[in-house]
Amino acid sequence: MSVTTEVVIVGAGIVGAACAYELAKEKISVTIVDSSGVGTGATAAGMGHIVAMDDSEAQFALTRCSQKLWEELREQYPDTVEYQQSGTIWVAADEAEMAEVQRKHEYYAQRGIASEILDAKALEEAEPSLRRPLAGGLLVPGDAVVYPPCAAMFLVEKALELGAQIHTDKTIVSIGNGKAVLRDGTSISAKVIVNAAGQFAPKLTPGIDIRPRKGHLVITERYPAKIHHQLVELGYLKSAHSTTADSVAFNLQPRKTGQVLIGSSRQYAREDSKVDGDILATMLRRAFAYVPDLVGLSAIRVWTGFRAATPDKLPLIGPWPGDPSVFLAAGHEGLGITTSLATGRLIADHYLGRKSEIPSGPYLPSRQQEAFGHA
Amino acid sequence: MHEEIRIRINGKSLAVPRGTSVAAAMTRAGEPCRISVSGQARAPLCGMGICFDCRAVVNGQPHVRGCQVQCEAGMEILSDE
Amino acid sequence: MNEAVQLRVEVAVVGAGPAGLAAATVAAECGASVALLDDNPGLGGQIWRGETALSKNSSGANWFARAERSGARRIHSVRIFHLESGRLLGESPDASYEISFNKLILATGAREQFLPFPGWTLPNVFGAGGLQALAKSGLPLAGKRVVIAGTGPLLLAVAQYVGDHGGEVVCIAEQTSWLKYVAFGASLLFNSGKRRDAARLSWSLRGVRHWKNCWPVAAMGRDRLESVRLSHHGLSKDIPCDYLACGFHLIPNTEMAEYAGCEIRERFAVVDQYQQSSVAGIYCAGELTGIGGLDRALLEGQIAGYDAAGRRPLGERLFASRDTQHVVVEALKDAFALREELKLLPDFDTLVCRCEDVSFGKLQPYRTWREAKLQTRCGMGPCQGKVCGTAAEFLFGWKMDPPRPPLFPVQCSSLAAISHRNCSEELTGESR
Repeated sequence: MSVTTEVVIVGAGIVGAACAYELAKEKISVTIVDSSGVGTGATAAGMGHIVAMDDSEAQFALTRCSQKLWEELREQYPDTVEYQQSGTIWVAADEAEMAEVQRKHEYYAQRGIASEILDAKALEEAEPSLRRPLAGGLLVPGDAVVYPPCAAMFLVEKALELGAQIHTDKTIVSIGNGKAVLRDGTSISAKVIVNAAGQFAPKLTPGIDIRPRKGHLVITERYPAKIHHQLVELGYLKSAHSTTADSVAFNLQPRKTGQVLIGSSRQYAREDSKVDGDILATMLRRAFAYVPDLVGLSAIRVWTGFRAATPDKLPLIGPWPGDPSVFLAAGHEGLGITTSLATGRLIADHYLGRKSEIPSGPYLPSRQQEAFGHA
Repeated sequence: MHEEIRIRINGKSLAVPRGTSVAAAMTRAGEPCRISVSGQARAPLCGMGICFDCRAVVNGQPHVRGCQVQCEAGMEILSDE
Repeated sequence: MNEAVQLRVEVAVVGAGPAGLAAATVAAECGASVALLDDNPGLGGQIWRGETALSKNSSGANWFARAERSGARRIHSVRIFHLESGRLLGESPDASYEISFNKLILATGAREQFLPFPGWTLPNVFGAGGLQALAKSGLPLAGKRVVIAGTGPLLLAVAQYVGDHGGEVVCIAEQTSWLKYVAFGASLLFNSGKRRDAARLSWSLRGVRHWKNCWPVAAMGRDRLESVRLSHHGLSKDIPCDYLACGFHLIPNTEMAEYAGCEIRERFAVVDQYQQSSVAGIYCAGELTGIGGLDRALLEGQIAGYDAAGRRPLGERLFASRDTQHVVVEALKDAFALREELKLLPDFDTLVCRCEDVSFGKLQPYRTWREAKLQTRCGMGPCQGKVCGTAAEFLFGWKMDPPRPPLFPVQCSSLAAISHRNCSEELTGESR
């Protein structure tokens, strides 16, 4: 293949797709290359929860900005994207967690996100399937859910309509100095190569710290109206924080089909994509503790996926120091779907030298270079 | 010497020989086992528990493969939605 | 509520059709502790479904009686959803099972291959074996007009069954050509047992229309099947009927064997002369190793059973008989190969995935099963691709993904049993 293009995007997952869309929108010629197909990697494995996360200011800014972008496009989504604003309820099991609910409510309120504190009774009414007693929760109505593989395909198709090109089943083995080299020996020249290869990003940009974090999900048969909102335990962030131990957290999602999606688990240093019976059981039992009815629901499938995790829990978005032709757009851990659109926007901002709507500093890949003292 | 038992399918009472499967009973009665996701009436296809098209609600339990369950006296059977 | 049953046996047998029944019986007769497990409400698999209806002194009735006397523990209505070295997990409506074993015999049989065509989702369109299975489970055939379409000797067996039970076989539509059909018949002349069966069958079906070069192009009707459109030598024929039974070959149920790591080649489980698979301690027998019918299944089952029970010489005595069955398997494959026209039957709106209602047209843009599945949800339903994935392989040449747990939809509580840890250990939050 001898192609000349302005930007090559490595990876047609949700992040690569979003980058392609944002760049193509600005009339930049884009070529997307994926070793498989659109949205077949981590994008296919995740929950598709679009959520405003308050783990840090930088995380909040990115998730919030991106969430708004998802909302802006809502009139354009085909049914297959299954976008719905079903909202999230952060569930508090006890008074200590209710204090956290209060804090979260204030945090969101100060930043323009509507949320409602639910006491025990209000929680029961909102979600009759939750066990009793629980202390209450925080309802965030603006959070949404999408079906990621089709969302990625939607973004790719929009990019193609705007002049982008895509090559699937093609593996890129190295990038740099204005070239992306493929396994078959051919190469593509470009001004910039965007490394949106998720957990495989370090293979193309040696030196970045992105590690796979294995997760499990279970999907059930159809049980419409079993739950109405995405339900997440407040301990979720504790699980997401742990950098070494295996952990689970209650995270339940109602899909538009009426199926229930059950998560979540996190494991480090596991290369094997096989289902791990032990952590699966732990994850399920945690879910049973919140929604007892789950025990009797029919589970059709179980699968695993690998999130791309960075040590500071923020993705790498922007130019890679040491090679002006390489940009990074990877390391989104469990927020890839949510923050993909903002990532695309930031990448376009970097390419065009445009000021970003949110400070882009916290996500700069250069922070990793400094931390690890690379040349 | 087939003993008959009474069951109800979609509210209608009928008698079937003991040993009849739920799927056979529903097909016999001309009632769909389930309504598909796009609204089609469905009846059993494979008869051996593989295709899942014979799913019905049996005594309140949804998604039961009717071909793998024998009718019992007093069973309440509804088309699965 | 749900009882939790834990068993420890020397030999576990999955599938209680002829192969599994024979395996379990002989192993138990040799003194091994045996558990025989099957998903169906009764034993016998497809061919011997409805054991109480089997006539006395038939092969089936004799094997059932022998199985009962053997002491093998027979468990029905149990679906096996996970297995690993030495342990398998199952779920039935009333109980969850954890069975530890030394040897495992997989005799999971075969399922029908369904080829989509317009109207195939109408009520009263069944598989060929499917109609027979339903009839054996209480679906009356008396007075029903039945069209039987597809390919292979199974169609004749079903036709005979329908006739014997008061149904009217309007016609048999065989997709293979006259020439191939006759050649197959000729190949049976060399097998005296099959020759006799074939002669008997032909005689009993002498009045029945039996068209070759004939296949269904559409099933028609409003709320249920009312007529079938057949293509016969290129001409369309509309045949009013009550039931359509379609049989386009059998696909071995190799998912469990593949899940266990057994080598699968050209769709079938690979075994040595003792029926041992590529995984030590796991045997495969019956349709799982090749579509070859009852006699072969019984022989393979016995050989596996004797070997698993440590009585290899008893199995060796059956080698000669078993090995002659191979010829039939090969002849069947050639004579009844599916013609290319069958790939053109579905139109844009014809459903391929019946669980998620995904049409043929919606699948066409994709290059792989995985991509098609992710983009359209085809194969994401409870059948786990057993119907649609098989059809997609025929239509598009797509290979399905390797099986993951659960091998069958089961309750979430059963899934949690895959773990080896006991309930009191929990992992939450920070490192311990």
